[in-house]
Amino acid sequence: MPTETTKSIFLTGAREASPFILVVGPFGLLFGVVATEAGLNVLETMTFSILVIAGAAQLTALQLMTENAPTIIVIISALAVNLRMAMYSASLAPYIGPAPLWQRALAAYFLVDQSYGLAAVKYETEPAWTVRQRMAYFFGTIAPVCPFWYLSTLAGALIGSSVPEWLALDFAMPITFIALIAPALRTRAHVAAALVSITVALGLAFLPYNLGLLVAGIAGMVTGAEVERQTMKRAAS
Amino acid sequence: MIDTTTIWIVIAALGVGSYFFRFVFIGLIGDRALPAWVLRHLRYTAVAVLPGLVAPLVVWPPATEGQTDGPRLIAALVTIAVGLWTRNVLLTIAAGAVALYLGLYIAG
Repeated sequence: MPTETTKSIFLTGAREASPFILVVGPFGLLFGVVATEAGLNVLETMTFSILVIAGAAQLTALQLMTENAPTIIVIISALAVNLRMAMYSASLAPYIGPAPLWQRALAAYFLVDQSYGLAAVKYETEPAWTVRQRMAYFFGTIAPVCPFWYLSTLAGALIGSSVPEWLALDFAMPITFIALIAPALRTRAHVAAALVSITVALGLAFLPYNLGLLVAGIAGMVTGAEVERQTMKRAAS
Repeated sequence: MIDTTTIWIVIAALGVGSYFFRFVFIGLIGDRALPAWVLRHLRYTAVAVLPGLVAPLVVWPPATEGQTDGPRLIAALVTIAVGLWTRNVLLTIAAGAVALYLGLYIAG
Protein backbone atom coordinates (compact mmCIF):
# COMPACT_ATOMS: atom_id res chain seq x y z
CA MET A 1 0.00 0.00 0.00
CA PRO A 2 1.67 3.25 -1.06
CA THR A 3 1.92 5.77 1.76
CA GLU A 4 1.19 8.73 -0.54
CA THR A 5 -2.12 8.92 -2.40
CA THR A 6 -2.03 9.89 -6.07
CA LYS A 7 -4.09 12.94 -5.12
CA SER A 8 -1.53 14.19 -2.63
CA ILE A 9 1.23 13.59 -5.19
CA PHE A 10 -0.72 15.54 -7.82
CA LEU A 11 -1.01 18.44 -5.35
CA THR A 12 2.71 18.23 -4.55
CA GLY A 13 3.44 18.56 -8.28
CA ALA A 14 1.12 21.54 -8.57
CA ARG A 15 2.70 23.23 -5.56
CA GLU A 16 6.25 22.67 -6.76
CA ALA A 17 5.40 24.00 -10.23
CA SER A 18 3.61 27.12 -9.03
CA PRO A 19 6.73 29.38 -8.92
CA PHE A 20 7.01 28.86 -12.68
CA ILE A 21 3.88 30.98 -13.09
CA LEU A 22 6.26 33.93 -12.67
CA VAL A 23 8.25 32.82 -15.73
CA VAL A 24 5.41 31.53 -17.91
CA GLY A 25 3.11 34.52 -17.30
CA PRO A 26 5.39 37.26 -18.68
CA PHE A 27 6.56 34.97 -21.50
CA GLY A 28 2.99 34.27 -22.63
CA LEU A 29 2.16 37.94 -22.34
CA LEU A 30 5.18 38.78 -24.49
CA PHE A 31 4.21 36.24 -27.14
CA GLY A 32 0.64 37.54 -27.24
CA VAL A 33 1.75 41.14 -27.66
CA VAL A 34 4.49 40.42 -30.23
CA ALA A 35 2.18 38.15 -32.26
CA THR A 36 -0.51 40.83 -32.36
CA GLU A 37 2.02 43.48 -33.37
CA ALA A 38 3.18 41.15 -36.16
CA GLY A 39 -0.39 41.08 -37.48
CA LEU A 40 -1.77 37.81 -36.05
CA ASN A 41 -5.37 37.94 -34.85
CA VAL A 42 -6.52 36.53 -31.50
CA LEU A 43 -7.59 33.19 -33.03
CA GLU A 44 -4.23 32.68 -34.75
CA THR A 45 -2.29 33.74 -31.67
CA MET A 46 -4.25 31.43 -29.35
CA THR A 47 -4.12 28.46 -31.73
CA PHE A 48 -0.36 28.98 -31.92
CA SER A 49 0.04 28.89 -28.14
CA ILE A 50 -2.36 25.99 -27.61
CA LEU A 51 -1.00 23.74 -30.38
CA VAL A 52 2.68 24.43 -29.94
CA ILE A 53 3.02 25.39 -26.20
CA ALA A 54 6.67 26.35 -26.57
CA GLY A 55 7.33 30.08 -26.23
CA ALA A 56 10.88 30.13 -27.58
CA ALA A 57 9.97 28.24 -30.76
CA GLN A 58 6.86 30.39 -31.26
CA LEU A 59 8.84 33.63 -30.93
CA THR A 60 11.52 32.26 -33.26
CA ALA A 61 8.88 31.53 -35.89
CA LEU A 62 7.30 34.99 -35.47
CA GLN A 63 10.64 36.75 -35.75
CA LEU A 64 11.55 34.92 -38.96
CA MET A 65 8.08 35.45 -40.45
CA THR A 66 8.33 39.21 -39.87
CA GLU A 67 11.73 39.07 -41.65
CA ASN A 68 9.92 37.43 -44.59
CA ALA A 69 12.02 34.29 -44.38
CA PRO A 70 10.78 31.43 -46.59
CA THR A 71 8.15 29.30 -44.83
CA ILE A 72 10.30 26.17 -44.85
CA ILE A 73 13.16 28.04 -43.12
CA VAL A 74 10.72 29.37 -40.51
CA ILE A 75 9.50 25.84 -39.79
CA ILE A 76 12.93 24.20 -39.69
CA SER A 77 14.43 26.90 -37.45
CA ALA A 78 11.55 26.87 -34.97
CA LEU A 79 11.44 23.07 -34.90
CA ALA A 80 15.18 23.05 -34.23
CA VAL A 81 14.50 25.12 -31.11
CA ASN A 82 12.04 22.40 -30.06
CA LEU A 83 14.35 19.45 -30.75
CA ARG A 84 15.14 19.48 -27.04
CA MET A 85 11.62 18.13 -26.47
CA ALA A 86 12.78 14.86 -28.06
CA MET A 87 15.53 14.71 -25.46
CA TYR A 88 12.97 15.31 -22.69
CA SER A 89 10.83 12.55 -24.15
CA ALA A 90 13.77 10.15 -24.25
CA SER A 91 14.76 11.03 -20.72
CA LEU A 92 11.30 10.40 -19.22
CA ALA A 93 10.55 7.26 -21.26
CA PRO A 94 12.12 4.80 -18.79
CA TYR A 95 9.92 6.21 -15.99
CA ILE A 96 6.53 6.61 -17.62
CA GLY A 97 6.94 4.30 -20.65
CA PRO A 98 4.74 1.57 -19.08
CA ALA A 99 1.74 3.93 -18.53
CA PRO A 100 -1.40 3.48 -20.69
CA LEU A 101 -1.04 4.93 -24.19
CA TRP A 102 -3.71 7.63 -23.71
CA GLN A 103 -1.87 8.91 -20.64
CA ARG A 104 1.43 8.98 -22.49
CA ALA A 105 -0.22 10.73 -25.46
CA LEU A 106 -1.62 13.37 -23.11
CA ALA A 107 1.66 13.71 -21.20
CA ALA A 108 3.49 14.21 -24.51
CA TYR A 109 1.29 17.19 -25.30
CA PHE A 110 2.11 18.71 -21.90
CA LEU A 111 5.84 17.93 -22.05
CA VAL A 112 7.27 21.44 -21.60
CA ASP A 113 10.45 22.79 -20.01
CA GLN A 114 8.85 23.15 -16.59
CA SER A 115 7.10 19.77 -16.34
CA TYR A 116 10.19 18.02 -17.67
CA GLY A 117 12.61 19.78 -15.33
CA LEU A 118 10.53 19.04 -12.24
CA ALA A 119 9.64 15.44 -13.18
CA ALA A 120 13.17 14.43 -14.20
CA VAL A 121 14.54 15.51 -10.83
CA LYS A 122 11.64 14.05 -8.84
CA TYR A 123 11.69 10.61 -10.48
CA GLU A 124 15.31 10.23 -9.54
CA THR A 125 14.76 11.22 -5.90
CA GLU A 126 11.61 9.04 -5.57
CA PRO A 127 12.65 5.74 -7.16
CA ALA A 128 9.96 3.80 -5.23
CA TRP A 129 7.07 5.62 -6.94
CA THR A 130 4.72 3.55 -9.09
CA VAL A 131 4.03 4.57 -12.69
CA ARG A 132 0.63 5.90 -11.54
CA GLN A 133 2.26 8.08 -8.92
CA ARG A 134 4.75 9.38 -11.48
CA MET A 135 1.93 10.31 -13.85
CA ALA A 136 0.06 12.02 -11.00
CA TYR A 137 3.10 14.15 -10.24
CA PHE A 138 3.63 14.98 -13.91
CA PHE A 139 0.05 16.15 -14.43
CA GLY A 140 0.27 18.03 -11.13
CA THR A 141 3.18 20.12 -12.45
CA ILE A 142 1.09 21.00 -15.51
CA ALA A 143 -1.94 22.19 -13.56
CA PRO A 144 -0.65 25.69 -12.71
CA VAL A 145 1.69 26.12 -15.70
CA CYS A 146 -0.26 25.40 -18.89
CA PRO A 147 -3.58 27.16 -18.11
CA PHE A 148 -1.48 30.16 -17.17
CA TRP A 149 0.35 29.96 -20.48
CA TYR A 150 -2.93 30.10 -22.44
CA LEU A 151 -4.38 32.89 -20.30
CA SER A 152 -1.28 35.07 -20.40
CA THR A 153 -1.09 34.65 -24.20
CA LEU A 154 -4.70 35.76 -24.42
CA ALA A 155 -4.04 38.76 -22.17
CA GLY A 156 -1.05 39.71 -24.36
CA ALA A 157 -3.09 39.35 -27.56
CA LEU A 158 -5.82 41.59 -26.14
CA ILE A 159 -3.41 44.30 -24.94
CA GLY A 160 -1.52 43.88 -28.21
CA SER A 161 -1.23 46.97 -30.31
CA SER A 162 -1.98 49.36 -27.43
CA VAL A 163 1.57 48.89 -26.08
CA PRO A 164 3.32 52.29 -26.35
CA GLU A 165 6.38 52.59 -28.60
CA TRP A 166 8.74 53.85 -25.87
CA LEU A 167 8.54 50.40 -24.30
CA ALA A 168 10.87 49.30 -27.16
CA LEU A 169 9.15 45.93 -27.28
CA ASP A 170 11.28 45.01 -30.29
CA PHE A 171 14.04 44.27 -27.81
CA ALA A 172 11.97 42.33 -25.25
CA MET A 173 12.46 39.14 -27.25
CA PRO A 174 16.28 39.29 -27.47
CA ILE A 175 16.52 40.15 -23.75
CA THR A 176 14.16 37.34 -22.76
CA PHE A 177 16.09 34.82 -24.84
CA ILE A 178 19.45 35.94 -23.47
CA ALA A 179 17.99 35.69 -19.96
CA LEU A 180 16.89 32.12 -20.68
CA ILE A 181 20.19 31.04 -22.24
CA ALA A 182 22.84 32.70 -20.04
CA PRO A 183 21.84 30.90 -16.81
CA ALA A 184 21.76 27.62 -18.77
CA LEU A 185 25.44 27.96 -19.77
CA ARG A 186 26.49 25.54 -17.05
CA THR A 187 29.37 23.73 -18.73
CA ARG A 188 32.21 24.50 -21.15
CA ALA A 189 30.31 22.54 -23.78
CA HIS A 190 27.25 24.81 -23.42
CA VAL A 191 29.42 27.94 -23.60
CA ALA A 192 31.28 26.63 -26.65
CA ALA A 193 28.00 25.76 -28.42
CA ALA A 194 26.61 29.25 -27.78
CA LEU A 195 29.81 31.05 -28.86
CA VAL A 196 30.09 29.07 -32.10
CA SER A 197 26.41 29.70 -32.82
CA ILE A 198 26.82 33.47 -32.32
CA THR A 199 30.01 33.66 -34.41
CA VAL A 200 28.61 31.65 -37.32
CA ALA A 201 25.26 33.48 -37.28
CA LEU A 202 26.99 36.88 -37.43
CA GLY A 203 29.56 35.72 -39.99
CA LEU A 204 26.96 34.20 -42.30
CA ALA A 205 24.30 36.90 -41.82
CA PHE A 206 24.72 37.83 -45.50
CA LEU A 207 23.31 34.46 -46.63
CA PRO A 208 19.77 34.59 -48.03
CA TYR A 209 16.73 32.84 -46.46
CA ASN A 210 18.21 33.01 -42.94
CA LEU A 211 20.34 30.03 -43.89
CA GLY A 212 23.05 31.43 -41.60
CA LEU A 213 20.92 30.53 -38.58
CA LEU A 214 20.54 26.92 -39.74
CA VAL A 215 24.29 26.54 -40.23
CA ALA A 216 24.90 28.27 -36.88
CA GLY A 217 22.50 25.90 -35.11
CA ILE A 218 24.07 22.78 -36.56
CA ALA A 219 27.61 24.06 -35.91
CA GLY A 220 26.71 24.92 -32.31
CA MET A 221 25.13 21.53 -31.70
CA VAL A 222 28.08 19.60 -33.08
CA THR A 223 30.46 21.80 -31.08
CA GLY A 224 28.58 21.23 -27.83
CA ALA A 225 28.46 17.47 -28.34
CA GLU A 226 32.13 17.30 -29.31
CA VAL A 227 33.37 19.40 -26.36
CA GLU A 228 31.31 17.23 -24.03
CA ARG A 229 32.77 14.06 -25.52
CA GLN A 230 36.33 15.33 -25.13
CA THR A 231 35.68 16.51 -21.58
CA MET A 232 34.33 13.07 -20.65
CA LYS A 233 37.30 11.37 -22.30
CA ARG A 234 39.74 13.55 -20.40
CA ALA A 235 37.89 12.91 -17.13
CA ALA A 236 38.01 9.17 -17.76
CA SER A 237 41.73 9.00 -18.55
CA MET B 1 2.37 42.00 -42.78
CA ILE B 2 2.56 38.23 -42.67
CA ASP B 3 0.41 36.30 -45.11
CA THR B 4 -2.50 34.42 -43.43
CA THR B 5 -1.85 31.16 -45.27
CA THR B 6 1.79 31.24 -44.18
CA ILE B 7 0.75 31.75 -40.56
CA TRP B 8 -1.54 28.71 -40.60
CA ILE B 9 1.00 26.52 -42.39
CA VAL B 10 3.63 27.46 -39.80
CA ILE B 11 1.24 26.89 -36.88
CA ALA B 12 0.18 23.48 -38.22
CA ALA B 13 3.72 22.35 -39.01
CA LEU B 14 5.06 23.47 -35.63
CA GLY B 15 2.10 21.91 -33.82
CA VAL B 16 2.55 18.54 -35.52
CA GLY B 17 6.36 18.62 -35.39
CA SER B 18 6.57 19.65 -31.74
CA TYR B 19 4.05 17.00 -30.72
CA PHE B 20 6.02 14.40 -32.63
CA PHE B 21 9.25 15.33 -30.79
CA ARG B 22 7.45 15.09 -27.44
CA PHE B 23 5.68 11.82 -28.22
CA VAL B 24 8.38 9.97 -30.12
CA PHE B 25 10.17 8.36 -27.16
CA ILE B 26 7.57 8.11 -24.38
CA GLY B 27 4.93 7.08 -26.91
CA LEU B 28 6.57 5.09 -29.69
CA ILE B 29 9.96 3.90 -28.54
CA GLY B 30 8.89 3.22 -24.93
CA ASP B 31 11.73 2.46 -22.54
CA ARG B 32 14.34 1.32 -25.06
CA ALA B 33 17.62 3.23 -24.66
CA LEU B 34 18.94 5.74 -27.23
CA PRO B 35 22.50 5.87 -28.51
CA ALA B 36 24.58 8.24 -26.37
CA TRP B 37 25.69 10.35 -29.33
CA VAL B 38 22.09 11.21 -30.24
CA LEU B 39 21.28 12.38 -26.72
CA ARG B 40 24.55 14.30 -26.65
CA HIS B 41 23.52 16.31 -29.71
CA LEU B 42 19.94 16.83 -28.57
CA ARG B 43 21.24 18.28 -25.29
CA TYR B 44 22.75 21.29 -27.11
CA THR B 45 19.99 22.19 -29.57
CA ALA B 46 18.43 25.08 -27.63
CA VAL B 47 21.75 26.58 -26.62
CA ALA B 48 23.00 26.23 -30.23
CA VAL B 49 19.99 27.77 -31.99
CA LEU B 50 18.81 30.60 -29.74
CA PRO B 51 22.14 32.52 -29.52
CA GLY B 52 22.39 32.41 -33.32
CA LEU B 53 18.88 33.80 -33.60
CA VAL B 54 19.48 36.61 -31.10
CA ALA B 55 23.01 37.72 -32.06
CA PRO B 56 22.10 39.49 -35.34
CA LEU B 57 19.11 41.16 -33.63
CA VAL B 58 21.47 42.54 -30.98
CA VAL B 59 24.17 43.75 -33.36
CA TRP B 60 21.88 44.96 -36.16
CA PRO B 61 18.46 45.68 -34.59
CA PRO B 62 15.56 45.88 -37.09
CA ALA B 63 14.07 48.74 -35.02
CA THR B 64 17.02 50.98 -35.98
CA GLU B 65 17.08 49.76 -39.61
CA GLY B 66 20.06 47.56 -38.87
CA GLN B 67 22.23 50.36 -37.45
CA THR B 68 24.13 49.14 -34.35
CA ASP B 69 22.44 50.82 -31.40
CA GLY B 70 24.32 51.66 -28.17
CA PRO B 71 21.47 51.22 -25.67
CA ARG B 72 20.38 47.89 -27.17
CA LEU B 73 23.92 46.52 -27.38
CA ILE B 74 24.70 47.53 -23.80
CA ALA B 75 21.39 46.12 -22.53
CA ALA B 76 22.22 42.79 -24.18
CA LEU B 77 25.69 42.70 -22.60
CA VAL B 78 24.24 43.57 -19.18
CA THR B 79 21.68 40.78 -19.59
CA ILE B 80 24.41 38.24 -20.43
CA ALA B 81 26.53 39.32 -17.45
CA VAL B 82 23.66 39.27 -14.95
CA GLY B 83 22.45 35.92 -16.32
CA LEU B 84 25.86 34.30 -15.92
CA TRP B 85 26.29 35.83 -12.49
CA THR B 86 22.88 35.25 -10.88
CA ARG B 87 21.63 32.21 -12.88
CA ASN B 88 18.15 33.61 -12.19
CA VAL B 89 15.95 34.10 -15.26
CA LEU B 90 13.49 36.63 -13.82
CA LEU B 91 16.18 38.77 -12.20
CA THR B 92 18.10 38.71 -15.47
CA ILE B 93 15.12 39.86 -17.54
CA ALA B 94 14.53 42.68 -15.06
CA ALA B 95 18.18 43.76 -15.23
CA GLY B 96 18.10 43.73 -19.03
CA ALA B 97 14.94 45.83 -19.09
CA VAL B 98 16.36 48.38 -16.64
CA ALA B 99 19.59 48.63 -18.69
CA LEU B 100 17.62 49.08 -21.91
CA TYR B 101 15.30 51.81 -20.61
CA LEU B 102 18.12 53.61 -18.83
CA GLY B 103 20.18 53.50 -22.02
CA LEU B 104 17.33 54.69 -24.24
CA TYR B 105 16.53 57.47 -21.74
CA ILE B 106 20.14 58.70 -21.58
CA ALA B 107 20.52 58.47 -25.37
CA GLY B 108 17.30 60.52 -25.63
